[in-house]
Amino acid sequence: MWGLCPGMPKKSDRGEKMKNTYKIHLIGIGGQGTIKASTIIGEAAMKKGLNVVMSEVHGMAQRGGTVITELKIGEVYSPLIEETDADLLLAFEPTEALRSLNKLSEKTFVIVNSMPIVPFTISLGISEYPELSTVFEELKGKIKNLVVIDAQKVAKEAGNIISENMVLLGAAIATPNFPADKELIIQSMKENLPPETIKTNLKAFEMGFAEVKN
Amino acid sequence: MRVEEILTGKEGGKLFLLGNEAAVRGALEGGVSVVSTYPGTPSSEIGDVFYKIAQKAGVYFEFSSNEKVALEVSIAAAAAGLRSFAFMKHVGLNVAADSFMSAVYTGVKGGMIVLSADDPSMYSSQNEQDNRIMARLAGIPLLEPSNPQEIKDLMKFGFELSEQFSIPVLIRTTTRVSHMRGVVNLDPVVRGKEKGFFSKNPSQYVVVPAHVVKLRKELIEKLCKIKEIADSSPLNKIIDQGGKTLGIITSGGAFNYVMDVVSENDLKVNILKLTFSHPFPEKLVLDFINSVDKILVAEEVEPVMEKEVLAIIGKHNIKKKVFGKLDDTLPRIYEYNPDIISAGMAKITDKISIKKEKSTTELPLPLRPPVLCPGCPHRASYYALKKAIKGLKLKEEEIIYSSDIGCYALALQPPYKMADYCISMGSSLGIGCGFAKATNQKVISFIGDSTFFHAGMPGLVNAVHNKAKILLVVMDNRITGMTGGQTNPGVPLDGMGNPAPEVSIEGIARGIGVKLVKTVDPFDLKKTEEVFKEALQYEGVAVVITKHPCAMLTDAENRRKGINIKYKVNQEKCIKCLICVKNFTCPAIFTEKDGSVHLNPLLCDGCGVCVQVCPKKAIEVKK
Repeated sequence: MWGLCPGMPKKSDRGEKMKNTYKIHLIGIGGQGTIKASTIIGEAAMKKGLNVVMSEVHGMAQRGGTVITELKIGEVYSPLIEETDADLLLAFEPTEALRSLNKLSEKTFVIVNSMPIVPFTISLGISEYPELSTVFEELKGKIKNLVVIDAQKVAKEAGNIISENMVLLGAAIATPNFPADKELIIQSMKENLPPETIKTNLKAFEMGFAEVKN
Repeated sequence: MRVEEILTGKEGGKLFLLGNEAAVRGALEGGVSVVSTYPGTPSSEIGDVFYKIAQKAGVYFEFSSNEKVALEVSIAAAAAGLRSFAFMKHVGLNVAADSFMSAVYTGVKGGMIVLSADDPSMYSSQNEQDNRIMARLAGIPLLEPSNPQEIKDLMKFGFELSEQFSIPVLIRTTTRVSHMRGVVNLDPVVRGKEKGFFSKNPSQYVVVPAHVVKLRKELIEKLCKIKEIADSSPLNKIIDQGGKTLGIITSGGAFNYVMDVVSENDLKVNILKLTFSHPFPEKLVLDFINSVDKILVAEEVEPVMEKEVLAIIGKHNIKKKVFGKLDDTLPRIYEYNPDIISAGMAKITDKISIKKEKSTTELPLPLRPPVLCPGCPHRASYYALKKAIKGLKLKEEEIIYSSDIGCYALALQPPYKMADYCISMGSSLGIGCGFAKATNQKVISFIGDSTFFHAGMPGLVNAVHNKAKILLVVMDNRITGMTGGQTNPGVPLDGMGNPAPEVSIEGIARGIGVKLVKTVDPFDLKKTEEVFKEALQYEGVAVVITKHPCAMLTDAENRRKGINIKYKVNQEKCIKCLICVKNFTCPAIFTEKDGSVHLNPLLCDGCGVCVQVCPKKAIEVKK
């Protein structure tokens, strides 16, 4: 973890009144488990009695391509978030966070996984992956409330690198104003993940939670 | 949620369902007996759920060989008095169109629903087609859900409507509705009849001219009656926000965006949501037009309702402005979203604030096109074919690669660039035949196993009979891959997971009369290259079947068996020739800034084909 950036709301700010909507934008690469993480949040919101809609991507982009899911909780109809309107951005890869800048405003809370995924187009020389340090400079310059987590490292410590998505989920729910309760998220995890992986996933989730909470 | 809950979820409960999952629950609550499909995104997950639960639900489900067959299976079930459900992607309905157009004449006994999942913005499709026009072309009642709850409810309503008027009903979804997840309230599941009985009635079911001239008249009379139902149906509702200056007529996914924009901006407008939208509820729409000063029509893909509204205005000589696609208030193409609706509405009302100073980056971002997976057998097939072509000194620019619909079309990307033409399911053969006649170029057609069964066979018959000299490569990966992995006639499982006879592609090719038919495992690169060399030099139609299971299947099997083989590059042996990176191009292989080559253990699938590619045997099993 790179530490909390200046501008992150302090604990005392958390009592503020909930707006009637909360919008979460998740972006990652096919295979990273973005859809699973989103579904768990959505089910937890439903269990809390909130209205929730979610947009997910299936089909051609599934493997290796950018995968975006969006969740809107509250008095909403469409599952797509307007530009500059996300309350929370969860980016599973650093350059993917940059792809979603149009959804952000000053109030958006952003969690970024620091582990890059370099596509084959780089080795073939048909596209460019900017220097990682430049990517993080750019993120820091453009985003007020930013947390960067090495989710793969944390997941590895928890027992399996595949639990990366649960590290980021844990981090997400530790952010201020997140509308679904931790207990309900854990319940949804148990109902959505393969039983034999629950233990590791819960550990990864708690470690991700601690990264932001502490 | 576990998939089984779509069946077992109790009345009064709630589930967070994908639109496609809600369609399954709706079918079950509606007492469906027979369900059939050919997989196609964005409708595929409906079949994936039925594959898992049909047996327990007492429903017959099949992956048919193509959409036309799927539709016919459901038509017959409905004629035998059962409730049936056929679903497909929008272009699937083109394949099924011949029977679709006549099924509205013959009608049904049991309720029948056809679901077409349209794909605005073409996320995984070859065109942007609005099947609300197909509803009008066929003369079939049309329902347009906006969210998963509505999909579920419309399935039940659709069955009843279908039975009441003895006519199939079309439900049109779009990607954002099929792939939208939302809270769905459950009603009880109703067990459908297990078997029906077909009572003969040739004047109804045999479409010879003497019969259809009567049936055509009956159809038009039915549609007039159904129009009255649509006019008074609670599915079509006015949402009165207390404003008479602007009325918005909308449907499907567009309705959601309109509602979000209206509520975000606190607009005083009236909204007419049309869910039962064909036959077009003319009386209801006329009353709505008369109640407001001007009208905006918000709909996705074609200006279908907009033209209906303009027709009503013309017919009744009303002087009111209609905004929509035809005057460029809203875009003519691609899917909508709240920002697009806001921008459109800002042109006709000053009550909308377009705030938004959005942030962007100047940094170049990496391109991530969809790619053949690590361990994909298609990559091995293409690699071996490329080597064979080089070995025979054939000129790459003179070869025409006629590809087809499936993962293998991804070979259009570098370094392979082995897809020059591809327009529809099965077209690799027909297009290949045409090029073989129209040019002196070498023609190589590629088709997958499932696509071969779907629409490839007639093309191969044509090639043989009309002596079109082509090499057909059937890339048999033992699955319908691109749609997520469904069974097909070539594998020993049916749509409910029961054992089923495998239909032999090699047997079909020989039966059709192809003289050179070879089957080879593409993971044996050397052997595959030899087979390709022979086939490339053959004077006549040649068929090479490269047979190896999809990486999704082998990965799953390896997980089950606890096999976890990964490869690594031995840096002492590697000479950085980059053949594995530049020519083979597996996503798991990458170079560092210093030019050294590595394998990403997270992505490596353990297939080991790269070991055969490396001239220095530098790729080894990771211990």
